[in-house]
Amino acid sequence: MRASLSIPLVLLLFSAGCKREHRVFDPGALGSQIADGVAVSDVHAGGTQPKPSLAKYQESAYAASEGKRLYEAFNCVGCHQHGGGGIGPALMDSEWIYGSEPQQIYADIVQGRPNGMPSFGGKIPDYQVWELVAYVRSLSGQLPSDVAPSRSDEMPVAKAEQARKKEHAPDEYQQKIRRGKP
Amino acid sequence: MNLLAAVPGFTGNQTALSPVGPGAAHIEHTFSLIFWITSTVWLLVLTAVVIAVYRRRYTLEQMPPPERTTEASDRFAARAVGVSMGITVLLLFIMLISSFRTGHAIGTMNSEPQPLTIDVYGHQWWWEVRYPNPVPANIVETANEIHVPVGVPVHIHGTSRDVIHSFWAPNIQGKRDLMPGYDTDLMLQVDQPGYWRGQCAEFCGLQHAHMAFYIIAQPKDEFEHWLTAQAQSAPVPSDAQTQHGQQVFLTHGCVLCHTIGGTTAASRVGPDLTHLASRSTIAAGTLPNTTGNLAGWILNAQSIKPGARMPPNQLFGTDLQDLLAYLETLK
Amino acid sequence: MSTTTTPLTEAERKQAAQLERVWKEPSGFLGWFKVVHHTTIGKRYMVTAGVFFLLAGLLAGVMRLQLAFPEAHILSPDQYDQVFTMHGTTMMFLFAVPMMFEALSIYFVPLMVGTRNIAFPRLNAYSYYLYVCGGIMLWVAFFCNTGADRGWFAYVPLSGPDYGPGKRPDFWAQMITFTEVSALAVAVETIVTVFRLRAPGMSLNRIPIFVWGQVITSFMVIFGLPGVVLSSTMLLLDRTASTQFFNPAVGGDVLLYQHLFWWFGHPEVYIIFIPGAAIVSTIVTTFSRRHMFGYLIVVLSLVSTGFLAFGLWVHHMFATGIPQIAEAYFTAASMMIAIPTGAQIFCWITTLWSGKIVLRTPLWWVLGFFFTFIMGGMTGIFVASVPVDLQVHDTYFVVAHFHYVLIGGAVFPLFAGFTYWFPKLTGRMLSEVLGQVSFWLFFVGFQITFFPMHLVGLRGMPRRVYTYPSNMGWTHLNQVESAGYILLFLAVCVFLANVIRSKRHGALAGPNPWNAGTLEWATTSPPPSYNFLHLPTVNGREALWDAAPNQPVVTGLDEDTRSFLLTRTLDAEPDGKDEFPEPTAWPFLAAMATTAAFIGSIFTPWGITIGAIPIAITMIGWFWPKREPAERRRSREIWQTE
Repeated sequence: MRASLSIPLVLLLFSAGCKREHRVFDPGALGSQIADGVAVSDVHAGGTQPKPSLAKYQESAYAASEGKRLYEAFNCVGCHQHGGGGIGPALMDSEWIYGSEPQQIYADIVQGRPNGMPSFGGKIPDYQVWELVAYVRSLSGQLPSDVAPSRSDEMPVAKAEQARKKEHAPDEYQQKIRRGKP
Repeated sequence: MNLLAAVPGFTGNQTALSPVGPGAAHIEHTFSLIFWITSTVWLLVLTAVVIAVYRRRYTLEQMPPPERTTEASDRFAARAVGVSMGITVLLLFIMLISSFRTGHAIGTMNSEPQPLTIDVYGHQWWWEVRYPNPVPANIVETANEIHVPVGVPVHIHGTSRDVIHSFWAPNIQGKRDLMPGYDTDLMLQVDQPGYWRGQCAEFCGLQHAHMAFYIIAQPKDEFEHWLTAQAQSAPVPSDAQTQHGQQVFLTHGCVLCHTIGGTTAASRVGPDLTHLASRSTIAAGTLPNTTGNLAGWILNAQSIKPGARMPPNQLFGTDLQDLLAYLETLK
Repeated sequence: MSTTTTPLTEAERKQAAQLERVWKEPSGFLGWFKVVHHTTIGKRYMVTAGVFFLLAGLLAGVMRLQLAFPEAHILSPDQYDQVFTMHGTTMMFLFAVPMMFEALSIYFVPLMVGTRNIAFPRLNAYSYYLYVCGGIMLWVAFFCNTGADRGWFAYVPLSGPDYGPGKRPDFWAQMITFTEVSALAVAVETIVTVFRLRAPGMSLNRIPIFVWGQVITSFMVIFGLPGVVLSSTMLLLDRTASTQFFNPAVGGDVLLYQHLFWWFGHPEVYIIFIPGAAIVSTIVTTFSRRHMFGYLIVVLSLVSTGFLAFGLWVHHMFATGIPQIAEAYFTAASMMIAIPTGAQIFCWITTLWSGKIVLRTPLWWVLGFFFTFIMGGMTGIFVASVPVDLQVHDTYFVVAHFHYVLIGGAVFPLFAGFTYWFPKLTGRMLSEVLGQVSFWLFFVGFQITFFPMHLVGLRGMPRRVYTYPSNMGWTHLNQVESAGYILLFLAVCVFLANVIRSKRHGALAGPNPWNAGTLEWATTSPPPSYNFLHLPTVNGREALWDAAPNQPVVTGLDEDTRSFLLTRTLDAEPDGKDEFPEPTAWPFLAAMATTAAFIGSIFTPWGITIGAIPIAITMIGWFWPKREPAERRRSREIWQTE
């Protein structure tokens, strides 16, 4: 009897969880469309256009986790590493060459970008791009902490402040040979 | 010895009580022994309970006063308990010894100096199968279907690429977990040709229920023939339709996840499709490998296996038909 | 001792009124939060655990509906994963241990040892509030699509940060924290009550078998729960604080989780079973109208089961490829534990054989226990053998096995005990007719539901599958199992109807309607807030049957405080007296602070850091010494001077 009074209160607390735990398995015809483009500007010629429903991908922990899986599968790690960048720019910092809004990151992935970012347009369905967008934004801390994926079951990324020395500087190696060390 | 084998359904292709190889046969032996001993013990104990209750039962309204027992009755009781305990210990020892002997027999199944080794990698929710070979060109990669030669011990060397799975083909051998960070080993041997079904036996997520595989045992020469054929690249498409089908494959998302040997598609995210048409099932044993099923799977895998890693694909015009025609050439 | 109440003398009436004044429990809305008496809290545990049992049972019905048809779409795989995980988790953590161990221990142990309250009454209240908050947290999460969905054991890496997105496993792991603190608290209270608060004359060899069972269970809780404390905390840290305990890529180990979990997980099932066996001993004794044959054997069997239970855990991991020597050891140990259990069974049968059996509903449930639990024990031998286990592990054969031992070994005795003790709890008898109906419905329904699972598991059906193909030959057996569920459902409905009806209209029971021998029957039904008008002394193993004609009672305790008697552990000789605390709301407040800290820590590590402050404040309020009781305590101390 008294416990039932507390349940509505607790329900309120947990209602945020409903968005976080939302899982979309079958994205439907709209989501399955091959990604081609979305407006990156707020103004449209000739009246308004329906905005894509982002909430179910941007606020869903499952979507961010799927994005993480796709990030590996589509070899984003090859250029961007796990956010630290390499051949490609770092994704975990606050510098966004082309903008950090979801639509803008979506456009980057779909269209490709100069200097080496391949375009995935025409290859993968829309919803997968949105999942990638969610994960990429989580790398720079833009997703709430309960939605963003936690650590990977991988080797952890070295932090920028842990700059490592080169393994063998040439003269170091020579010295080791001269001293007869293994 | 095995009562249950007479029951219909226990002679299926995914049952522990219909062994087709020494592994499962040894186990079935111990199973039968334990079955006969334990069912007899259970019957005897229940009979004793029923008799005890039946012979001295009262249906009084009031509970009769508690009574003291006689020394004779206590001595009889002590003896009865003592004898029962002795029989219990003895029977447990018999079953224990049988279990040890079976375990030993299974553990020493590796009789040939170089058993055939097959690597199995568990994925969510499919089985990556690899026949290693010192010559790289002869390494065979396939998925969800394991061919083995009849009568030859096979060493399954397993690990997982994500979560814990369990490799289990009950007619052939007990199960072995595939765990990330661990290499596990299982010896199996099939003594008659045929098809047997196995299934993942460790809860691994959404589609754990649809993660089956087939073990196909063939006579040795047929197996060698199959292995050689599998090591070949995919045939070059010969007519316009299959050429267009290959183009569809290479320009759509398929190339991002699948490998077809001999083409530029070399991704290892999903199963190797080089010899897709030679396999009897798709989607890890979920569907028979027919054109219709393949079409449904490609268009919307999520309606068959919700949560599976395969995304829906929208294909227009003749793209789907041409793609299917091309995939059918991948024997 | 007769079953009718002898009228009280004038002096006794005065004494009862005085005791009533001193031991009065607060009433009203606010008073609900201040209660510290063990019978009230014990009843709360029973009701709460009963509600969770019903909820988890409904989930089972949903599962059976989904599995009744091959490739059914009643539940999506995501929903099914949540349903089966919530079913297992609720049954194991929110029903079985809280009911079999905590509820029964809290209510009956103080009565059976003849004292006025359980040791550490405020801790007792705190443990209840934590338990109910943890359970509510998990179920509210379930209704918000955040139900645990990784199995009741939540293996890594599936429940880890990479493969368990969202907060579902976090809520699961934190629920464990709630229930484990609760169980540890009750374990400590039980041990101290039994070791120090027994009635004079109740030496160790006169302690009722039920009490022995709860003491042994308490020790198992203390040694076993830390395993799951560690595994669930490490899982939470991996998921929220980027620790690497279970990350194989950097040297972590997925099997570490399994070892830690099953170190707890195996004793857990004995924590559930041993109280059941203890109930069976009680009922067999009462309904055979004689002392238990082989009391020493039974007690030593319970003790050795408690020890051996800690040596078996790897039998849950036989498929992981452990070395052969380890396989051999754990097979031997798993079979060996059948020996003490067998000893108890043989002692029960000889007691029945040489007694005057009165066949009433409690004894019928015990007979159902014999049928069901022994069959479960027999299938246990199958799974104890490594090679056979490698075929039946993670199939429906094992589902059948553990339902036979858990329902047979705990739920059947629980129904028996509930029917037996209902008169003590409420003062009225349950209907014998409805009791028989619910027993037969449950017994037959259970066999129909769970026996075919042995067969379908041997035919290759694995566990935790949300559906199965239609051409595997599993359809008919699954449909039989689902049909059996209907009988189980009806049985529980009839039982509930029996309880509701009998609470109002049942035949009035006196203090001892069964003419039983243990001390809880030496007081009115239900017991007053001071438990016993005269604290008893004990002359034999069955206190009431072995009582001398002029069995003395305890005198000399203070009449105007909540005074109680301390006795020595071995022979229960009087050793001093002390006071129980007055009713207070601090345990409730401390539990709320703890709940806030635990739930907050799911979302941020600051939850523990900041949450520690209210916990500290409420604990200070709780332990703040009161002047008068402290002065009385000091005056009782005897200082030895040379």
